[in-house]
Parts: sequence; structure tokens; C-alpha cells
Amino acid sequence: MSDQVLPKTKRKMVTIDGNEAAAYSAHKTNEVIAIYPITPSSTMGEWADEWSAQGKKNIWGTIPLVVEMQSEGGAAGAVHGALQTGALSTTFTASQGLLLMIPNRFKIAGELTPTVFHVSARTVATHALSIFGDHSDVMAVRSTGWGMLASNSVQEIHDFALIAQAATLEARVPIVHFFDGFRSSAEVMKMEQLSDEDIRQMIDDELVHQHRRRALSPDHPVLRGSAQNPDVFFQARETANSYYDAFPAIMQKAMDKFAAVVGRQYKLYQYFGAPDAERVMIVMGSGAETAHETVEYLNAHGEKVGLLKVRLFRPFAVEQFIDALPTTVKQIAVLDRTKEPGAIGEPLYCDVITALSESMTSGKSPLKSAPRVIGGRFGLSSKEFTPTMAKAVFDELKKAQPKNHFTIGINDDVSHTSLEFDPAFGIEPDDVVRALFFGLGADGTVGANKNSIKIIGEDTQNFAQGYFFYDSKKSGSNTISHLRFGPRPIHSCYLVNQANFIACHQWFFLEKFDVLEASVRGGTFLLNSIYGPEEVWDKLPRHIQKGIIEKQLKFYVIDGYKVASSTGMGARVNTIMQTCFFAISGVLPKDQAIEAIKSSIKKTYGRKGESIVQKNYAAVDATLANLFQVKVPEKVTSTIEMPPVVSPRAPEFVQKTTARIIAGKGDELPVSRMPNDGTFPTGTAQWEKRNIALEIPVWEMDICIQCNKCALVCPHAAIRVKIFDAAELKSAPATFKSMDYKGVEYKGKKYSLQVAPEDCTGCSLCVEVCPAKSKSQVKVKAINMKPQPPIREQERANYDFFLNLPELDRRTVKVDTVKGSQFLQPLFEYSGACSGCGETPYVKLVSQLFGDRTVIANATGCSSIYGGNLPTTPWTKNLDGRGPAWSNSLFEDNAEFGLGMRLTIDKLTEMAKEMVEKMASEIGNDLATSLLLADQMDEAGIHDQRERVKMLKEKLTQMKSVDAKNLMNIADNLVKRSVWIMGGDGWAYDIGYGGLDHVLASGRNVNILVLDTEVYSNTGGQMSKATFRSAIAKFAAAGKPTQKKDLALMGVMYGNVYVAKIAMGASDAQTVRAIIEAEAYDGPSLIIAYSHCIAHGIDMARGMTNQKLAVDTGYFPLFRFNPTLAAEGKNPFKLDSKAPKQPLTDFTSLETRFNMLEKIYPDRAKDLSKLAVEDIRSRWAMLEQLAGGDGEKDKTPTA
Amino acid sequence: MDLKTTYLGLKLKNPIVASASPLSRNLDSMKRLEDAGCASVVMYSLFEEQIEHEAAELDHYVKSGANSHAEAVDYFPTPEEYNLGPEQYIELLHKAKQSLGIPVIGSLNGISAGGWIDYAQKMEQAGADAIELNIYYIPTDPALTSQEVEDRYINVLHAVKRSVRIPVAVKLSPYFSSLAHVAARLDRAGANGLVLFNRFYQPDFDLDALEVKPDITLSTSDAIRLPLTWIAILHGVVKTSLAGTSGIHTASDVIKMVMAGADVTMMCSALLHHGPKHVTTVLEDLNKWMVEHEYLSVEQMKGSMSQASVADPAAFERANYMKALNRFK
Repeated sequence: MSDQVLPKTKRKMVTIDGNEAAAYSAHKTNEVIAIYPITPSSTMGEWADEWSAQGKKNIWGTIPLVVEMQSEGGAAGAVHGALQTGALSTTFTASQGLLLMIPNRFKIAGELTPTVFHVSARTVATHALSIFGDHSDVMAVRSTGWGMLASNSVQEIHDFALIAQAATLEARVPIVHFFDGFRSSAEVMKMEQLSDEDIRQMIDDELVHQHRRRALSPDHPVLRGSAQNPDVFFQARETANSYYDAFPAIMQKAMDKFAAVVGRQYKLYQYFGAPDAERVMIVMGSGAETAHETVEYLNAHGEKVGLLKVRLFRPFAVEQFIDALPTTVKQIAVLDRTKEPGAIGEPLYCDVITALSESMTSGKSPLKSAPRVIGGRFGLSSKEFTPTMAKAVFDELKKAQPKNHFTIGINDDVSHTSLEFDPAFGIEPDDVVRALFFGLGADGTVGANKNSIKIIGEDTQNFAQGYFFYDSKKSGSNTISHLRFGPRPIHSCYLVNQANFIACHQWFFLEKFDVLEASVRGGTFLLNSIYGPEEVWDKLPRHIQKGIIEKQLKFYVIDGYKVASSTGMGARVNTIMQTCFFAISGVLPKDQAIEAIKSSIKKTYGRKGESIVQKNYAAVDATLANLFQVKVPEKVTSTIEMPPVVSPRAPEFVQKTTARIIAGKGDELPVSRMPNDGTFPTGTAQWEKRNIALEIPVWEMDICIQCNKCALVCPHAAIRVKIFDAAELKSAPATFKSMDYKGVEYKGKKYSLQVAPEDCTGCSLCVEVCPAKSKSQVKVKAINMKPQPPIREQERANYDFFLNLPELDRRTVKVDTVKGSQFLQPLFEYSGACSGCGETPYVKLVSQLFGDRTVIANATGCSSIYGGNLPTTPWTKNLDGRGPAWSNSLFEDNAEFGLGMRLTIDKLTEMAKEMVEKMASEIGNDLATSLLLADQMDEAGIHDQRERVKMLKEKLTQMKSVDAKNLMNIADNLVKRSVWIMGGDGWAYDIGYGGLDHVLASGRNVNILVLDTEVYSNTGGQMSKATFRSAIAKFAAAGKPTQKKDLALMGVMYGNVYVAKIAMGASDAQTVRAIIEAEAYDGPSLIIAYSHCIAHGIDMARGMTNQKLAVDTGYFPLFRFNPTLAAEGKNPFKLDSKAPKQPLTDFTSLETRFNMLEKIYPDRAKDLSKLAVEDIRSRWAMLEQLAGGDGEKDKTPTA
Repeated sequence: MDLKTTYLGLKLKNPIVASASPLSRNLDSMKRLEDAGCASVVMYSLFEEQIEHEAAELDHYVKSGANSHAEAVDYFPTPEEYNLGPEQYIELLHKAKQSLGIPVIGSLNGISAGGWIDYAQKMEQAGADAIELNIYYIPTDPALTSQEVEDRYINVLHAVKRSVRIPVAVKLSPYFSSLAHVAARLDRAGANGLVLFNRFYQPDFDLDALEVKPDITLSTSDAIRLPLTWIAILHGVVKTSLAGTSGIHTASDVIKMVMAGADVTMMCSALLHHGPKHVTTVLEDLNKWMVEHEYLSVEQMKGSMSQASVADPAAFERANYMKALNRFK
């Protein structure tokens, strides 16, 4: 807590999140900033880039230079160079990013260079990746020789970012300033913003001059970074000791100066609680805030406990640490937000023990006796740490034999480390408004709540806090906003679990979650409902009625949709629900609240035009007349029950584990329910019926031409086709549709096109690409969007029936055609990707063509999130139990990871062949020969080889030799396996390029699929080297000045790499052909797949049209380079798209990423667009040359 | 030769005005129009829809997908200032006024009396010499009477007139039951000029894709007949200035229009086809013709063949149609 000194001055109060708070201080006090996106630190870099783009200056009156690098390793290198040449330089990062900086961190510290890196501490990937917060990353760099300073709250982040900068300049020890990822980095909080004057006073210019004087300069040259030998290295290393010895005092001096300038006093080790406490907790990070709150509560209720906040973790200052403890302390619990398997204890625990031991043995300790110390882990991956957990730790200390190496916050039923806690215990005071809002990602709930926090934080004396929870889906995601408002600074760093106001902005949540679970008795419940106050009660599910009655809630309804539609707001109910909150909650007087909302609307939208402001005003004005309190009956009458989370047919693991996570009850799962090595079954997305589409496609058989394009483009495998015998229809549901198959190859059979009603996201890409139109009414296509609810039940039955129809024999399918490929079962289905995603159609196609024999290495990014984020995975298997085996290693190493897979497969195949040869006589010469010489170039060949392997295994089962066992173990490798290395452009063009390049050069048979969205989509659309010139992106707030890297042509230059550029929306046939050729090529293949993306700011329903325009305007030309053709004496380079025939603006005008630049920097837009057109011309000329003049001439109109 | 004319009370050096077209989308081509001899430029149209929807559309796309996922709270930077189309328009108009010597006329295109009309005032503040109000309206609702359609024109005109002091011309279509009546009503309602006529966008069909495709074709000289007829009829009947537009390609077209009674002629297709320099050619030809035919000034020629001025006023009416048919036989 930092409210021990409340603001005395009239500094500006702002409501911002931790990342902005850090970036503000950093941008003010640095000159060169190297950035790279990684969750949850990305927004620090985004702010720095935006501020510099807007011309905002640092305290020396210059605009900091912000540059994006290709990786965190690159950012650290650039910062190192900038520091060495005398700039004040910084970067922001987290997790794996911080690990990539380790080598430079050793260097920077070894050279005694002042800098501060700001880290939103995040879990390092182990058995799984996690984007959430803990200290495993910062603890992994504790040996690098950096100072480590922990901030616990948004205000502290802002303050410490400055204090650290002041201290590092004097101490010459670099500092990692860290705070909890998400909990602090993304928490929005009212805080006092430091003025330029404050910052000027804290930074001593003479120290800056000294830093510059130490810089490398040809005018006073030195050598730094030498190589040293055993004779002197050790001694040289010890020269730094005095700097570390002096550091704590320098840091405390900076803190004291800060207190003098600003009024907030911080200590390296700051004690709170009873001066004579016997039980003390020691903790770092946001958990300390919660612990502080709990200590105050417990002491107010008769206990004597204390809390020591460790702010300076490195260098660990033993003396100051011991001095900060109350001399009465007898029991200490040290909490670490990290896990170090195999260690005696976690790092802070070990340091505390060592510090106490050193102090006691030196005889300098002021403590009356040696305290007993226990250590425990808490809060891994943002696991909640609440007052009841803090209390449980204090209670444990009371025990005669307290548990050491405990865990708190989970139920460890395996190694029994966990402490028990009382879920009902809470300490929040009544005068704090604690509100929960359930919304959908798309409905603006979070945005409105952020706005409410700003209103209350900035327009009133109240303090405000907001924290936002999102599920892991990118389409139809649920959001829960946790808001607190109160008269005092808020330090509750945990989710609202005792809410006195709950708003549900979407009716369907009522049947999905117990939205009233966290409500207190006598609280308020606001529901957005199409049913009015008279009829709503009878429509509520039973558990909601029960909750309202039992908790004696005040219940309000509003038809937000009606108000939105009547005031021109479309489906956005955010402003309306926000107005309701203010009207009911009483946080502000009603009139003042309305006025504040309107002024905030003006502030938010004013720059985008008056009409949008007026619409929002109208919505606010119409809200109150439509808000009604419901008279709550005395009895529960509803018979509507919550449906089961998953079908009873789901497998046991899904029932017992997955379903709990889907239901939002993952926190309750004990350790025993989790796999111990991160291995999960595939095929689980099918059980998560999300029903997020308001409309789904409906098939009009009479118009259909059976082209299967709809199935090809479906991002979610939710529209499928099958061919089957008419006899199968005997048990078909009455409304199941089928027709005669039109082609000759399956003459006499039936054809059906079926939608998965509960898995479709309603993107309508399928309708967009459907080429068949009614002869009498052209707007009617062979598939058309219709409301889902009325046909959900019927289509669910139809889809079940459809799924049970037999799959076609793969050997009979013309797999190399668009149509044929879609008769193959998708082994990637129902992902949580964005509705209308441009990536997943390619991924799904690969799964159809080769999924039953594929191993996938997936780079971190969108594809690893929609592919592998719990609770479910879209990767699945066929009836034989075969399907893609998938794994994600890291972001930067994916090509190498995939190559490793290939090497293993190649080696095991070779070993298997050697064994078959060796055992030929035992297994039969004919079988052995055919196993060894099998032609596996097509489905029939693969099928036959599988049969042979089956026979082989049957024979091996009968044998008892060691050779037989060994061969049995690896025999499956005799069937051709396909290795797919997938990821986005951030990986392939930037962070993973070095590895990718090496893998291309290896000549090995791997298939690299680059899902090119031209930005880092997963982290929010940051620029990559694939970003086109003139596009606006995060980190390119003023439009990207340089041209897109041509990764495909770089691949072509190898000569022995198969390369293709594909865009499904422009040529689906070329897409299918290229993927098949790439896989067939016995060497490395590189496919660059243009993927439209939500980060482009486009109408996602028209994504495929945009793709076509991208190709037609020459923005994304299509080609294939097939080295096999060269071996046949042909030109291996084939241009697959025609010369640009439309002006580039036909494409760019449809995409916000391009047309936004014109609206912000019109002159720059003009210049960059001109260069972009030139890029296209020159590239086309080059492609034409490669095609040997086969290509057409550029026909773009010049105007 | 005295080519001077007065339009909307503005003294113009000749009767050739560049009508609203993409040529006025940047300062450079406006400057070239002036250099070629244009007497005035009507800037490209600022559409009601653009004013009403551009901001909403931008807001929609910038925010779509925002606040949906923990890793990507949004997808675009948040600039402090936007320079949206309408603001860019006003800025360009302002710049044009600063760097051009000829009058610049702002063009507003819309059909309702909504908030977008504020932009008339913004145009005035930016220095526009006049406003051309392009009421482009295709009444497709069978329940809508011709009276209601006409009232709509009057209401929009009223709203604009109320907000500005500079002259306002109305550009309208020929499709009225009683065009002369509408012209008179607009005159009474305060229109300072009438621009005849709007060329309605008529889409084409794409038979391969079975789609309606937008297709704008450039006009030819033949297109002047309709405005020529109506300018001849309205000259002297209404007090407003008259501008002839559609099909003005050559000096003959200009002469015909002026003789019918137009104060100015407005060029678009010819300029798009030949470039701004075409104005110089037309002016040279106009001069030459007037010299050859011993005309002293444009004012002398203006209205000399209007319905009121010709020997046979019926030539513009039904009888002339009969004559034309007879000749065709």
C-alpha cells in the first residue's frame, strides 16, 4: 500500500493501468527505447511508440526514439549498444522475453551500465505456456547482476519507475523494475501522476553527463568487452563489489528524495502491522497489498501480526532487511510467487533464511530470538491470492508444527502441500462499491467499464479500481469486469468475490454460469433482458430465481437492445448499461452521473465526429425511461435448469476435468485432476458447444452446385460435406437434407451439406464465397444466413446424424482439388479463433489432407492459442484414432523444434528399415521388401503401407527377440509422416527467422506454413517485417515506413526450397495445389498464406473478397516455385496471379490499417502510399522476370 | 472579348466553371484548373452519409475485436486527433481559398435536414464563396407523393440557408412532375442559383457474377440537350442564377448553354477525359467563335435563345416534339 501518505499536492489524478504508469515514467526519462511485443508487457511499448509518434517529449525536451526489434534478444542488444554509446535507454518485457535478454543483461551489468528494464512479470512456460503473472521470469534472471525492484500497485509502478532511474544513474548497477503481470500491469487504478517538475527534480543531470562521458566515442576511444583469461577474469569480476555494496543506500536515498519531492515514503524493506508482532509474513508484488489489507483487518480484530514488503530483492541488503523486522518476531512465513523444483526452497525464502542466519551468526541481529521460518508458494500464473489465503498463512504460523514448503490457493491432494482456507471469509468494507459485470467481448462492456472508472476516478473524490477477466476464446469470448469504487485508495488486488452490484449484459450467461454466486445479501442485480419487468421472472432459470430470493436482491431489467436500436447504436449496449449502473448504484448523484457520462462520451468520441456523440447522448437519455425494478415474487417457480456443460457422451477426462474448466470452475480442480507433464487428449473442442452464432448458414439444395467452396473456407469446420449411399438415409431425421451427387465419380450416391449449428460462429464467409445464385432471385444463394435459435434443435439432430455417416475412403478422393479435399474429414474443428478468421481455413485444409499422419510444431501466437489454449483443443482424430500430434515449444524456436521432429522421424524410419532388413527372413522376405520399397506418394500407397505395418506388427507380436521388441516400438515410422511447422509472420519474419532460415537450408523434408496476417495478431496487432508499407499497426502508429520483407523470394533464392504464396480467397485451387505440392516435395517447403485478420480493421464477413483484391491489385501476388520442375529442365517459377489490373486503393481503402493513416497524417499517407505503389510495381517486374516473361504486364491504371 | 459573367452574385471572368469532380480533391489539380482558365471551382461533394457514417465506421472497425482477449485488448494505436473526411474537406477548402484567386464553391450532397448541414457553416467559415447543395434523391417508396419529395428539397434548402450567409445554389435532377414549379419554389425559398442537372448514377449488371455493379460513364456532348431545354425555359422565369451542366465538352456547348440563358456552364467529364488544360482550348475556341460571329460579350449572348427570346417559343414544347418526329419520318 502506498497511501500512508495521501496526495498533498494538486498533481493530476489519472486512472490508468500499471503498464501505462511504468511507460509514462520511462518515456519521460529515456532517449532510445527498443521494444518488442510480449504479453502482458506489450502496451508499455505501444504507449512509448504512440507518444513518440504524437511528438511527446521527455524531460529534456526531445522526443524519445522508439524502435521495434525482431525479438527481445534484439531489443536487449539494441539497448546495450545505445547505452554503450551514451544514450539513456530502456525496454519493456516479460517472461520468455526476459529470458532472451539474459546474455545482454550479464553484459550490461558487468559493464556497470545504468538502465532500468520494466518487466510485467509473467509465468515462464514449463508444462504449458501461461500469459499470466508470477515471478518465475524475474527469478530466472536474479543471477545477472541487476538490481531487482518490486512494485506492488499501479501507483508504485509509476513511482518506482522513476526512483529506479534515479538510483541506477548514481549506482551504475542496472535495475529490473518488476510488477505482477496482469494483476498490476493491467489493473486500472486511480493514481497521482508525477509532474515533469517532479521528474526533473529526481534526475541528476550530472549523473547523465557522467554516463555520456563513459560512452564509446572515437574522440576518446577505449576498448570495452575484451576477452580475458584465467589469470585476471576472476579479479576483474570482483571489482564490481563496491558498487553492489553501495547500491542499497543509493536506492534508499532515491526513495527518500522522492518522499521529499512527492510525499510518498518508500523503504527497501517496509514493515506494516503490529510493532510487537510475533507472526510476520514476507512477500513481494501485488500479493503484499492483499496481505497488508489483511494484516490491518486482523490487527483491528485483536491479532498481532505484521507484514514485511520486500521492495529491493537484489542486491539483498541483509542489514536493512533485519532492521525492518520487529524485534519481537518469532514466526515468519515467506511467500514466493514462483516455483523452483528441486531447490531447498523458493528464492525469497532461501534469501530470508540466509539473511537471518548471517545476521544471527554475526551477532549483529537485533532480534530477540531466531525466528522459525516457513516458505510457501502462491499465485502462480495469476492464481488468486485473497485475504482468506493470507489469513490462512498467519493461522498456520500459530501451529506448533506449521507446514513448510506449503502452497496456498489450490487444493494439492497429491503431495499435500496446500493450506486450507475459508472461502466465506472476507474483509472488504461496506462503503466500497464492488461490482461485477458479465459481458461479451463484442458488446463493449469492458470499454464502458473502463470509462466508468475514468469518470469516477477523474471527476470525483472517490478512488476507483478495475480489473478485467477474459476467457481464452477469440470469438464470442466472455468478459467479467471487476470494479471497485470507494472513499479510500483501493488495495484489494484480487477479483471481486463479494459483489454488492452485479450486471449481466447478455441473457445467455444466465444459463451458462451462476452469475449471482458472488453476490452479497441485499445486493443489486441488473439484467439486460428482452423481457420486461412483468414477464422476465418466468423466463429466468431456477438458480437465478433462487439466488435473487435467497440473497434478497434488488432486481432491475432493461431492454438494452431496444434502446440501442432505437437510438442508432446498433447492437452496442455499452453506454446504456453504463447509464443503468450509475442510475442504480448511487456511486454518484444521478444528474451528476449523467452529465459525467455525457462529458466522457464527448471526450471519447469528439475527435471522431459529432454524429457519433449525438447517438450516444440519445442512448443515455433514452435509458432511464426503459429501466425498471422488478417486483420479486416470494417463491422459486422456474423449471428451467442449467444444461449440462458437456454431453454425457463425452469421455471421462472431459467430464471430470475439461467440463469443470469450461464451467469456470477450474480453480476448484485439485492437483490430482491435472496431467503431470502437460499432455492432454485431442478431440475435445467437439464437446464445448458454444452456441455463439445468432445466425447460421442454411442450405438450399436446389441451388447448390456442389462445389464445396463453403466447406473449404469455413474457419471452424462447421460446414461440412459428405457423399454416402442412399441406404444410409433410412434412419435420417425428418429435416435432414440430401441430394443426388452430381459428379461421375460417385454416381448414384447421395450428397449432403450440413452445418454444425452449435459450433458455427456465424461469420458468413461461406455465404460470401458461395458462387451459386437462384435463377429467379439473385440474392438467394445455395447457402443463406438464418436465425439460429429456431433451428438449433433440429440442426443439432441433423448434424449428429451427419457425423455418423461413414467417411469416404480416402483412396477414392481426388484430394488435389478444392472439391475433393473437402470430402476428407477435418481434423481441426470448432476452434476458438476469431469469427471469420483468415488463418484457420489453411490449418484445417492441412489437417484434412495429411492430418492422419502429421506431427505439428506450432509457434506461439494466435495459432497456438486457438490450437492449444485450455479448456479444449480443436485438433482431433479420425475413427481409426489417427490425427495430428501437436506441440508448441516457444515463439522463437519453432522451425528448429519442427526440424527436430523431422530428424527423429527420419532416424526412427531409418532404424526401422534397418531392422526390417535385418529381420527379413523372420518376417518374410516379400513383406520386408514391400515394406522397404513402398511407394507412399498417394493415399492408396499410404493405405497399403499401413496394412503392411499392421501385418508386420502382428508377426512381431509372436516373436520374443529383443530385435522384435525394438522394431515393434518404431514400426509405425515406416508409414510416411508429414511434419508441419506452423506459425504467424511475427515468428517467421522476425523472431524465428534465423532458425527458419537454417531449417530451409537443411534440405530436410519439412513443411513450413506461415499464416501471414502482416502483424503480430495475437498480442494486439504490432508491426512485423511482414507489415506492408504505409499500414498502421501498433509500434507503427505513424504508418510503417519501410517495405514488406519478401520472405517467399528469399526462400526461392535457395533453389532447393519449394516456395508458394497463396491466398485462398483469390485462388482456392492454387491454395490446394500448392499445399499438396509442398507436402509431396522431398525437401523443405515454405508456404506464405495470406490471412485476413481482425487486426486489419475489416469487415471479417468479406475477408475472402479482401484477399482477392489483395491479389488483383498486386499487393499479394501468387506464385509457386517447385525445384522438382527445375530437375525436369523446366522453369520452376510459376506466377499464379495476373498482372495488377486495379489500383492499390481498391484494396487498401477497405482496410482500416491503411485508411486510418490518411485520417491521422494525411501528408505522410500520401507519401507512403506512393512508395507502396512503387513497391508493387518493382516487385511485379521482378516476378515477371523470374517467370521468364510468362507473366502479364502490369496493367494498373496510373492515376 | 468580354467573357465576364455573374453567377450567384459572384463576378466571374468567364462562364466556365469546373463542376464537382475528383479534380478538386487536391490543391494541385485545383490550381491547374485555375491556371487553365476556369472561372470558378466547385469542390467535390461532401456527402451526408460520409459526415454521418465515417466516424461511426472508423469507430466500429478500430474497436471491433477490442476488449475480447487478454493478450489483445485492442488492435490499433489510439491517435490523439483524427482528420476525418469532412474535416479534411474543410481543410482543403480553406487551403484552396488561400492559394486560388478564383471563387471556390463548396458542395454538399444529401437529402435530409439533419446535423450534417452544420458543414455548410463550416464551409462558409473556411472561406467558401458559395455552396452548391446537391440534393441527390431517388424516391423509391411508392407511398411517397411528389409533393413530399418537393418539400424535402425545400426543407433541406431552408436548413442550409438558415445556417449560412453566402449564396446557395441547388443542383437538382430533371425528374419532377412539374420542374418549372419546383424551380419557382426553390427560387422563392431563397435559392441563389439552380444547377441543371444532376446526372443520376445508373448501375450496370454484371452477368457473370449476377451482381449490380457501380459503373459511371463519362458524358458526351449529346447530354446537353436536357439542361439546354430547361435553361432556355427557366431563363427569365426564375430570378436565380442558372448553371448548365452535363455534356459541356466544347465551345459550342458553352455557347449554346449561354444562349439558352445559363450564367455559367459546368464541366466535368471533358476535364476528366482531357485534363484541366482542356479549359484553355474551349476558352480559345469560344473567343474565336465570338470574334467570328461578332459578339461583344457573354452578357450580350446570355439568354438570346431562351424560350422567351426565340421567335417560336413552342419550339421548346409539345409542338416541337411533333416537328421532330415528323422530320424523323
